[in-house]
Amino acid sequence: MSEVFTEKQKKVGHMRRNRTIVNTVVYIVLVVLCVIWLYPIVWIILNAFRCEYNNQGKLIGIVVSNYIPARFGFDNFRKLFTETLFAQQFLNTVIVAIFSCILSTLLTLATAYVMSKIKFRMRKPFMNLAMILGLFPGFMSMIAIYFILKALGLTQTLFALILCYSAGAGLGFYVAKGFFDTVPNALVESAKLDGATQAQIFARVVLPLSKPIIIYTALLAFTGPWMDFIFARVILGQQNVELHTVAVGLYYMLYDAKADGNVFTVFAAGCVCVAVPIVTLFLCMQKYYIEGATAGAVKG
Amino acid sequence: MTNLLAITQTGADWLLAVLIIVVIAQLLGIVCLILAHYKKLGAVLKAVKNWFVSVGRAIKNFFVKLGKGIARWFRNFHERFMDGSVGTKLSHFFMGAGNLYHGQIFKGLIFLAIQILFVLFMALSPAINDTPLGFKALVNFGDLGYIQGDFDPDNPPVDPETGMPMVVGNSMLILLFGVVTLGVIVIYLFLWLSNIASAYKADTDSRFGAGATTFKQDLASMLDSKFHTTMLAPTILGVTVFTILPTVYMILVAFTTYGGWSASEGQTNFGWAGFQNFVEIFTNGSNEIGQRFLPVLLWTVIWAVFATFTNYFGGIFLAILINRKGIKGKTLFRTVFIMTIAIPQFISLLAMKNLLSGGGPINSMLMNLGITDAPINFLGNDPTNQNVTLARTMIILINMWVGVPYTMLMTSGILMNIPSDLYEAAKVDGARPFKIFCKITFPYIFFITTPYLISSFIGNVTSFNIIFMLTGGGPAVAGYKAGQTDLLVTWLYKLTVENSNYNQGAVIGIITFICTSILTLVTYRRSKAYKEEDTFQ
Repeated sequence: MSEVFTEKQKKVGHMRRNRTIVNTVVYIVLVVLCVIWLYPIVWIILNAFRCEYNNQGKLIGIVVSNYIPARFGFDNFRKLFTETLFAQQFLNTVIVAIFSCILSTLLTLATAYVMSKIKFRMRKPFMNLAMILGLFPGFMSMIAIYFILKALGLTQTLFALILCYSAGAGLGFYVAKGFFDTVPNALVESAKLDGATQAQIFARVVLPLSKPIIIYTALLAFTGPWMDFIFARVILGQQNVELHTVAVGLYYMLYDAKADGNVFTVFAAGCVCVAVPIVTLFLCMQKYYIEGATAGAVKG
Repeated sequence: MTNLLAITQTGADWLLAVLIIVVIAQLLGIVCLILAHYKKLGAVLKAVKNWFVSVGRAIKNFFVKLGKGIARWFRNFHERFMDGSVGTKLSHFFMGAGNLYHGQIFKGLIFLAIQILFVLFMALSPAINDTPLGFKALVNFGDLGYIQGDFDPDNPPVDPETGMPMVVGNSMLILLFGVVTLGVIVIYLFLWLSNIASAYKADTDSRFGAGATTFKQDLASMLDSKFHTTMLAPTILGVTVFTILPTVYMILVAFTTYGGWSASEGQTNFGWAGFQNFVEIFTNGSNEIGQRFLPVLLWTVIWAVFATFTNYFGGIFLAILINRKGIKGKTLFRTVFIMTIAIPQFISLLAMKNLLSGGGPINSMLMNLGITDAPINFLGNDPTNQNVTLARTMIILINMWVGVPYTMLMTSGILMNIPSDLYEAAKVDGARPFKIFCKITFPYIFFITTPYLISSFIGNVTSFNIIFMLTGGGPAVAGYKAGQTDLLVTWLYKLTVENSNYNQGAVIGIITFICTSILTLVTYRRSKAYKEEDTFQ
């Protein structure tokens, strides 16, 4: 009897040692992966605070000799806000982001709610149409949108850009619809029995329960204009630098025809200015983001 | 030096070979899993047969249903006309007559105003930028106002009959306004039908119910029984103007001669080309899309398969590592990876591009370590020493940097939802961790995330940022716009935005649509998520 016991104890001890070894390996792999994933980010941040100048007194551009700057400072940020149009472009992006966030969220939620909770005759055809339209590459219609805006005399304004970002938002209703599907129908039915109109059911019964999906939709709509680069570039035109959003502005800082390779550290400072608010927002809203993203993936 | 370069190049080939083997192994694994799921090959064959049979049946049912629906619609239309009051009969010709007949003054006047506006719009053909809408737009639609040959816009050709300078057609606007006019007609027909329906409803209401509804009641119903119309109206408006109209426009552009040198000069005089642009793709024509279509399509497919599966399995692997029992600091690890999702792609991609550039830190590090004595042209951005395989491999690896955290996030939640008694049972039976992964973890994740896998595949077919920011499509192919790493969509961008070859770009857009829609039709419509769309409530 006692022999069996020791055998078992031995086995348990063996397994424990095994697990420690595996866990150590997992830790090492995870740390290595974290380093790989953080490497470009840290590199950009270090460059943003790099205060080094070359012999001609110009900014030094990309440095390959030392990762850690010889001198830290805010020179790049000062240059960014005084010598480039970054402040103006930042303001543009804030305006576009706020308005398209409000518009897109309203459109998306309204469409998703109707598709989920109201059974009307054209519902299925609408859903199929939305799916088909979603399969056309967005860039194909982009150039046509440019022509249409030109015909309307709207091109090259921030208003046009806001319209571009939010007008089609209703088509992206899938994730929000998935959420509304999980709100029990019994709730809607009982409100109806109590004499509530459809509008009241939406505003007083379902919306108060939908905080996560409202935040998720708004978060994506708000961050979209900060990340998009193609639409803004085409709609606003290359020469209207004072209208550009940050993504376009920063791209041209590096890759314009008259761009100069020495401004890389200023570009890095601009990246930090854009990324810090967005990343903070994401991390604060992490819970809702994960909820929305996973719901969308699982339900399709 | 050349030797070392050759070594790094073969290194890249090896890397790609390994990647290929990994992905093929993964695909085989999935096939095996599915086979195991179906137990016998016979069952699989039967399933395939059933699939074709059911598709055939579905197509047949669709047409039968459509025919019946149309027949019923005409019968109803006829019955309604015969059964309706004088007002209803009149409203087939004068919109709003039925409503006015029943004292619904406001509603009737609105319908009447719509009809008058429509007639005025069609008859008067208002012009914007010298291009008419309405009836004249439909007339112009036939030839798009095309004038043969090149001409000087400031000195337009003279009409031989009148001797007056001819109005030079702005074909771009003519085409656009033709589409707009057709759209207006469709909307008008819809309103005309709803006008008849509204008149007939007023008939039945006053005959059987509490009398025709008042304007106030109609307004109130907008928030109740017609709430869906109110809610959908802004979306329909926005989508019509900013999605449907541009898409229809670009589809039509694919059948025109709009593009090339004259278009890039700002000239918008073009005509219909029929299927010419499509024929060139499939007959290997002498121009850009004829020559470069197949290579670009092939690379798009390779890219989409690799990008999807490397991200998918990388993400699952990472999620399993982070969620492993006994690993501390889960939140910290997860936050690091979520942070990389939040950083705008143009920042991380441009950072990567500069890190990997010829004079960038990674190359200087490799040179300092003596691994290579000349900068490696990772992304093919330098015109010398270009290596296609290396550039393609790097793109796929960098895409993993971008996409793996996202899959990790997605699968983390699913991993935590796998019932733990499944694992307990497997352990009692003495299963090894690898077997547990193959038999429990992976099938569970796979069957739940199938819709995600499909949508991310489509997302990769139409992914733009990575290629555009990293390589810009390069290494270039001499004489053509489409480079070695260009996908269909980046090519589309180059053709339209950068080179004004609008018709060729539109053809590529349509082909991309066909690729993605076939994929969707085959997989998505058969998935549970679609079929049981409204059962899970």
